[in-house]
Amino acid sequence: MIHSLRFLLFSLAITLTLVMASANHAADGILRLATTTSTENSGLLAKLVPQFSDSRDIPVHVIAVGTGRALNHARNGDVDVVLVHAKNAELDLVNSGFGIERYEVMYNEFVIAGPETDPAEISGLSNLGTAFEKIANSGALFVSRGDDSGTHKKERQIWDEVDIEPNGDWYKEVGLGMGRSLQIADELRAYILTDKGTWLALKRKLSLPVHVQGASDGRNDYGIIAVNPEKHSHVNIEAAEQFIDWIQSDEAKAVISGHKVEGEQLFYVIE
Amino acid sequence: MDGLIGASAEALRLLFTGDREIWEIVAISFSVSFRAILYIVPLAILSAFALAYGNFPGRRVLITIVNALVALPAVVVGLLLYMLLSSSGPFGGWRLLFTQGAMIIGQMILAFPLLVAMIHVSLQGVDLSAWQTARTLGASIFRAMFTIMREVRFGLIAAIVAGFGRVVSEVGCSIMVGGNILHHTRNIPTAIALETSKGEFEQGIALGAVLITLALALNFAVATVRGRDMARH
Repeated sequence: MIHSLRFLLFSLAITLTLVMASANHAADGILRLATTTSTENSGLLAKLVPQFSDSRDIPVHVIAVGTGRALNHARNGDVDVVLVHAKNAELDLVNSGFGIERYEVMYNEFVIAGPETDPAEISGLSNLGTAFEKIANSGALFVSRGDDSGTHKKERQIWDEVDIEPNGDWYKEVGLGMGRSLQIADELRAYILTDKGTWLALKRKLSLPVHVQGASDGRNDYGIIAVNPEKHSHVNIEAAEQFIDWIQSDEAKAVISGHKVEGEQLFYVIE
Repeated sequence: MDGLIGASAEALRLLFTGDREIWEIVAISFSVSFRAILYIVPLAILSAFALAYGNFPGRRVLITIVNALVALPAVVVGLLLYMLLSSSGPFGGWRLLFTQGAMIIGQMILAFPLLVAMIHVSLQGVDLSAWQTARTLGASIFRAMFTIMREVRFGLIAAIVAGFGRVVSEVGCSIMVGGNILHHTRNIPTAIALETSKGEFEQGIALGAVLITLALALNFAVATVRGRDMARH
């Protein structure tokens, strides 16, 4: 009996020490930003975030995951603000009361990359849906993110619009981030829907040219939403609102417009 | 093959030119895993003793469970811990999610079964009568434990080294509850996962090289201490 009591006290002491030691890390004042891998991997956030946090002395912790998970973190109150790209899912967050309001930040473009030989003959098409139909009918391989990210949501939406239920050996759901998915598409010589930024960042490491760009249905909007403190009282709403104000300022817009990868502008601000 | 050699050469350059970002990641990795092992080892030793010398119902079942838990996937621990520590979870009030504290707890949970199982095996190698004799001679439980621990010190060290190896290299749990935040919760494995996804294989290999080198150094150190000790007896 005494033995087990000691055990219990011991483990309790350890846990308490640990929690107290770690409480410093969770100290107030930190702004937690959940965002997508595309903003992080393209290097944009590495330019944006220090400008904001240095001038206001607000430490920003960036958690880069797929849009689906980022929105989930927001819903659970695990972050203070989300910067993602899936308009419908973002509006859901606001309508359900977990997000306060959606502000437009910037956009870039979804493109289709694929093998150099272009077996589905989609090169030069100006519509993603038409290209998807040709890919499905050609029997060429297609790699899908399959991870409920913004890009995956967009892909599902396009399949829905052209009324194709993609399945079969040609359709590979990899369940990985954009970078890894591009690498797999490259190895498999498959087509893939990608945001232009991640593709540009990886361009020189792949032999997977873009075949469809500037498409009428290819616009990729990024929105920013603060988590509602009425749902999660601990949310650092002051910092979140400051960040939202700042990202819409001329200073931030200049950073966004000026960010280039491989000599190309990646993101365009929404006026 | 060219790619691999090029990446390795670049990796060495990054390491030896003291790329600050890399060394910061290395420091976070070791500080987190070191603390996790430090906090969990006492509990693991106590548990192993209880399993080896205790006399209570269900002891055998517990041993089997501990052995099975050694195979617990890190990502499952990460998922459970995420649900517990999330603001909408039961321990959300602790505000530990996406901190090093959360990573430490995750690694403690991961290391615990391995430590207990390995220490338990060493204890089984000790004659049970040593324990009983010490106890009948009036030694307190802790006194008797220290005597036995001296006896099995190499088993203990081996368990600690193996436990450290398990947690310092796991990615699933750290990325889930740590969030891979630069300067805070980005450790070697989560950084490798990130760099790989960006196609930056050089950085990935450089970090992998650090991990291997330190693991080697640790194991050599243990082997040397052990060799000296053997020579003395």
